[in-house]
Amino acid sequence: MAKAKVLGMMGDFAVAEAAKLCNPDVIAAYPITPQTIIVERLAEFVADGELDCDYICVESEHSAMSACFGASAAGARVYTATASQGLALMIEIVYITASARFPVVMTIANRALSGPINIHCDHSDAMLARDSGWIQLFAEDCQEAYDSTIQAFRIAEDKQVSLPVINCLDGFVLSHSIEPVEILEPTEEETLDGFLPIRDPLYKLDVDAPIAQGLLALPEFYMEIKRGQQEAHLRSLDVIKEVIQDFGDRWGRYWPVVEPYQMDDAEVAVVTIGSSTGTGRAAVDELRAEGKKVGLVKLRCFRPFPVKDIQAALKNAGAVGVCDRAVSFGSTGPAYADTAGAMVGRSGPLIKNFIIGLGGKDITIDTFRAMYDNLYADLAKGEVEEPVEWIGIRGE
Amino acid sequence: MTIQDEYRKKGWKDLPPGGIVDRPATARDYKTGTWRAFRPIRNKDKKICQNPEACLVCWILCPDAAIIRVEPNELEIDLDYCKGCGVCALECPLKAIEMEQE
Amino acid sequence: MADYPTKLADLPKEERSVSSGHRLCTGCAAGTIARLVGKAVPDKPLMWVNATCCMEVATTIYPFAAWHVPWIHCAFENAAATASGVRSGLDMLMKKGRIPQRDIEVIAIGGDGGTYDIGIQAISGAIERGHDFVYICYDNEAYMNTGIQRSGATMHAAWTTTSPAGEAIPGKQEFKKPLLRIVAAHGLEYCATASCSYPLDFVRKVKRAVDVKGPAFVHIIQPCLRGWRFGTEMSFQVARLAVESRFFPLYEVYWGHKFVLNYPNPILTKVDVEDYLKLQGRLRHLFKPERKQEILDVIQAHVDKEWDKLLELAEFSERSATY
Repeated sequence: MAKAKVLGMMGDFAVAEAAKLCNPDVIAAYPITPQTIIVERLAEFVADGELDCDYICVESEHSAMSACFGASAAGARVYTATASQGLALMIEIVYITASARFPVVMTIANRALSGPINIHCDHSDAMLARDSGWIQLFAEDCQEAYDSTIQAFRIAEDKQVSLPVINCLDGFVLSHSIEPVEILEPTEEETLDGFLPIRDPLYKLDVDAPIAQGLLALPEFYMEIKRGQQEAHLRSLDVIKEVIQDFGDRWGRYWPVVEPYQMDDAEVAVVTIGSSTGTGRAAVDELRAEGKKVGLVKLRCFRPFPVKDIQAALKNAGAVGVCDRAVSFGSTGPAYADTAGAMVGRSGPLIKNFIIGLGGKDITIDTFRAMYDNLYADLAKGEVEEPVEWIGIRGE
Repeated sequence: MTIQDEYRKKGWKDLPPGGIVDRPATARDYKTGTWRAFRPIRNKDKKICQNPEACLVCWILCPDAAIIRVEPNELEIDLDYCKGCGVCALECPLKAIEMEQE
Repeated sequence: MADYPTKLADLPKEERSVSSGHRLCTGCAAGTIARLVGKAVPDKPLMWVNATCCMEVATTIYPFAAWHVPWIHCAFENAAATASGVRSGLDMLMKKGRIPQRDIEVIAIGGDGGTYDIGIQAISGAIERGHDFVYICYDNEAYMNTGIQRSGATMHAAWTTTSPAGEAIPGKQEFKKPLLRIVAAHGLEYCATASCSYPLDFVRKVKRAVDVKGPAFVHIIQPCLRGWRFGTEMSFQVARLAVESRFFPLYEVYWGHKFVLNYPNPILTKVDVEDYLKLQGRLRHLFKPERKQEILDVIQAHVDKEWDKLLELAEFSERSATY
């Protein structure tokens, strides 16, 4: 398949282009900032006859996910997008969709949860779905958001996986920012099918072979069923890596589940998710130029949590700060909890948590400088005094 | 072996994915007739239903599909599933069904 | 126009939807309703989308599933939205030639809680969007699955666990929500009320609803022996009186404005609503320890008013049926 022309486009447009390329059978979606442009664009593709898809304009996100659930049960390829309160409204069905092992691809243009109501980026919405059983990928830039969307269909529909996938791109920072994006162009001879074959469901509603889905499972069976779900989810990491490899081999872009940047000799390092990674790389470059051995680890795949990859990436650092654009009130940031959990019982770095960028609070190179300084101070002391610190807010 | 016996033998790795049941009407393995306290008896006394196909009220109203139409023009009560509710006895226009304590 | 069965013998002998072995309460007419839906459509394959409700829980206790048809349950409030997705998925896969072309009918079914209350948004949305499916509400006038809590369908004065019949407040104070008129206001081609005691009428209505290209809705009364407090054999007797007393008249609405009354026949002598009420333990406080005539009068007046309204709509529909 031809790659590609490079176009300047917003993240939302890039995602819509990618979703169109994957030729979903059903889209059920409800508008919400900053995702709206994705579903508007897809509606245009359908209206213009460029995409042969039933586009269901549902009356709520709850019904959006319910319709996705139903369409996926019928065996269709299904796409939706949401953010923030929309995800909060649909969350009941988000869980059920994963437990049914129905592949659905959903883009979240990350936005803070109310209240106060706020339309700008953080990851509190995605973290709401953290335990839902969906695979979760986060994009650093618009190109990755584009590529992730295509990968997500392949991952979700792989029969060993058969799980829904959430693709996150940071609201406004990516969704509304124009970047150069290299798009794939299928030709008559070369379609996307080689990479993304037509969906062959793990099981489906079939009038010739009736099954029942959604039964009441009492204690004798519930835990066994959930254990099976967990296994499929954990094992999906291997498939995700295969898909990343295959995509990279075809089109030259590899997006590893965990990507170390300048980690070989890093004394202190941060773990980042999403668009702040780019800012972090710039900060690393600046500090390296000043002679400081700092590094960064980008966490692309948040669920399943790539424990071994994180361990390998962090093992030689002296002190590590995990950056969360979300907080579990009364506790820590979610990515910190997972990262620290992954490192428990091993000799490794000091680990702490930085809460940054909630509700669209700017994350700048200075934010990273502050975090690296903070880590150096702890490293010098040999211990973490404050395990969770909020960076970049007034009065701290 | 009922499906429950079959599934009880399975570990979590062997259950069908997604909590599905992979075939239809497995509940037929569950015999609700064991619930019954009263048993319906057809045509016990003088009140005889001779032409069920002309009526079929008991057949259609039975919530458990426990009255079966058999050829030719006869009904059978499936005691495997009959819960003994007494709908058939009450609704029979001929009063040709009586409920008797088990 | 399709042929409708005129006698019970016309209905298929085999069970096409729910199977024996389900665990609905002894004598629960929800089982009958599910059976009748299958028998109403002998010539089409069905897909069954169930809301969370008694029918869902009692028919599918893992690994026992009492269904001959593909059956799916998602949640309480979203059967209509789930059915939208199933319909859409099937249609697109058929259009793209990935599954064989079949005239598959999607049935969504929910109780009164899942329809009147928590699910009404999803139902309204699905009807507005025009998906080709049939929604069936089996109405037992309370949240029976959780143990008899009042819903928007519960009748005035009825005892439930959340509208107890106390000294200060004698049962539910509000009146039953006019569900079918709300549904009809969407202007859909066909919606109707039905009663489990009128099986051929219900079968005809389900068949009519299935024949509609687009959404259709059937609202069927299903007295609950546990929640209404009557004997296991009495469901159909009570449901019959619900109709004969004009408490739950059976009628159809075409295109949201043409009302057709089916039962009871207005010419027949009126059955007092009291005959219907006194069978039900949930209304015992209206009769014992002493008779509460004022409440009985309020209920009768409400029934009469609603009946007059329905007659007016039906007569107007007849007079204006010149198109």
